[in-house]
Amino acid sequence: MSNQEEVQYSKSKLHGLWALTNRELKKWYQQPFVLAMGIIQPILWLALLGKAMNIGNIVMGIPGVDPKVVMMHTFGTADYFSFMAMSMVAFTVVFTTAFVGMSVVWDKRLGFMNKVLSTPVSRSVIILSKVLAASVRALFQAAIVMVVAFALGITTGSNFSAFSLFGVFAIVFLISVGLSSFFTALTLRATRMEMPQAIFQLITLPLMFASSAYFPIAQMPSWLQAIANVNPISYTIDAVRRLMVFSDGFGPLPLDFAYVGIFAVIVTAICVILSWRYLNK
Amino acid sequence: MSENEDIIKVEGLTKVFNHSLTAVDHISFSVKRGEIFGFLGPNGAGKTTTIKMLITITRPTEGKATILGGDITNQTMDVRGSIGVVPQEYTADEDLTGIENILLCADLYGIPRSVSKKRAEDLLNLVELTAFKEKRVQTYSGGMRRRLELACGLINRPKVLFLDEPTLGLDVQTRAATWNYVKMLKQQFGMTLFLTTHYLEEADALCDRIAIIDHGKIVVIGSPTELKDSLGGDIITLSIQKDEDITGLIGKIEHVKEVKKQNGSYIIKAANGELAAPLIIEAIRNNNHIVTKLSLTKPTLNEVYLQYTGKSMRDAEESREGVMQQRMAMRRARQ
Repeated sequence: MSNQEEVQYSKSKLHGLWALTNRELKKWYQQPFVLAMGIIQPILWLALLGKAMNIGNIVMGIPGVDPKVVMMHTFGTADYFSFMAMSMVAFTVVFTTAFVGMSVVWDKRLGFMNKVLSTPVSRSVIILSKVLAASVRALFQAAIVMVVAFALGITTGSNFSAFSLFGVFAIVFLISVGLSSFFTALTLRATRMEMPQAIFQLITLPLMFASSAYFPIAQMPSWLQAIANVNPISYTIDAVRRLMVFSDGFGPLPLDFAYVGIFAVIVTAICVILSWRYLNK
Repeated sequence: MSENEDIIKVEGLTKVFNHSLTAVDHISFSVKRGEIFGFLGPNGAGKTTTIKMLITITRPTEGKATILGGDITNQTMDVRGSIGVVPQEYTADEDLTGIENILLCADLYGIPRSVSKKRAEDLLNLVELTAFKEKRVQTYSGGMRRRLELACGLINRPKVLFLDEPTLGLDVQTRAATWNYVKMLKQQFGMTLFLTTHYLEEADALCDRIAIIDHGKIVVIGSPTELKDSLGGDIITLSIQKDEDITGLIGKIEHVKEVKKQNGSYIIKAANGELAAPLIIEAIRNNNHIVTKLSLTKPTLNEVYLQYTGKSMRDAEESREGVMQQRMAMRRARQ
């Protein structure tokens, strides 16, 4: 072993990215319990929340009022479940990516971060691996939601085709990258667990409610509309609904993709720049 | 490259946290090729901060340091690629197996899998973990984890290996085993080692040279023998049967440097205690006196530490409250 033969080490700026991403993913797919919880969670949400609130029934029995017409007029879908189920795709992305901050703080507390920092791995790779791993998990969770939504009976719109599924995964990937960069950036300096937990509790639900997830933006008070209209979650959900359950054409779909895509690029860039600064003390 | 080349050169290195807490205060030293260089000092003296600056994860406030000619502040990637680090904490991923952890380290250095697989097996063999390589690190004992860290730190065949408190929290046997690994590394690979410790025996047994660090400053540097000799040598204490002053007689004997009479015993400082003692006994006998008691003490690093810092290492360690306070201050400052 004492012979010091010269080995060509990788000089790629991205070396170590797959190794670090895979490390994150192994913690997930090698733990059957964590994996199972991730599958059960969207089933519970969809079955409980999606099926409990049958808003169409509110107008049932009123003479001259057809619940289906009301639903189509207000929500753009034949039933509330189809409307809600598609927002669950975004919901699961928010909840999956919000945990990325915890893993950053864990790595710092356990000293793993310091070890990685002492190796010739680019600082942005450390951050990108977190983002990538969270995005892969989010994609998987979104796929589960889609399967469950079909199993519990969504009514697809006239826009729906096999291509729609690719579109859904594409927008889910973009928003996952954006959100996991966002949550990572918020916890880059944190050294205590309370920080990501607090961010998680403070941000996740408002992020969902101030979007088109549960209710159409047009029916919101104007101040909330203003927030919902800049919330990238709204654009994600709009894209998913447009591809899957709406019937009024693809209209704003390019805008949805552009908005979420630009959000992802900008937030990831900010996160990488912050990592240069804050990962070097 | 010559034998005596300076592998690590440090000039005026300083770290001030939060503009107020000086953890490392203008230290300068150099480490030569193949040396085991030890930083000795109590908790909170600045050892870990120094190592963190040298391994490029903490930016110095002031001063300069180079490792293998690479500057630690602007040639960080070169420095990182040529050093190995065994941190104080157990940093291996608990959810991964031993082999997975080592291969992960290899990937971080950009070592191709075709090379790293063989190296990982060799290293696991070296640290005697081959039988456990497929087990998750969760199931490892403290000693096994330490060995795994050591293996990870060696995966890129570093020219300099940094060990931060390599035996902290280990039992006596594992500690001795770790020392053996460290010595073997030096012999087998001619590696240069930089380690920090607050165990005096450890510094004494392992290091070629020691820097004693206190309150962020280096108070003295030298080999353990030099440091101990600098105290003036061994101490021989003896008593004779008759109450008669023989100070003058003893003072003339070879190797003896200083004689004092204290409470009826003679306290003798000698450069070479085990040679001086028989000569002293013989001279006293030849003058018709009888030696009733004799003891010989070799100075330890604890005496050295006491001499240079004005306090005993054990006292410094025992003032826990002070250490805690300092740690809290450091933690706040680092955030």
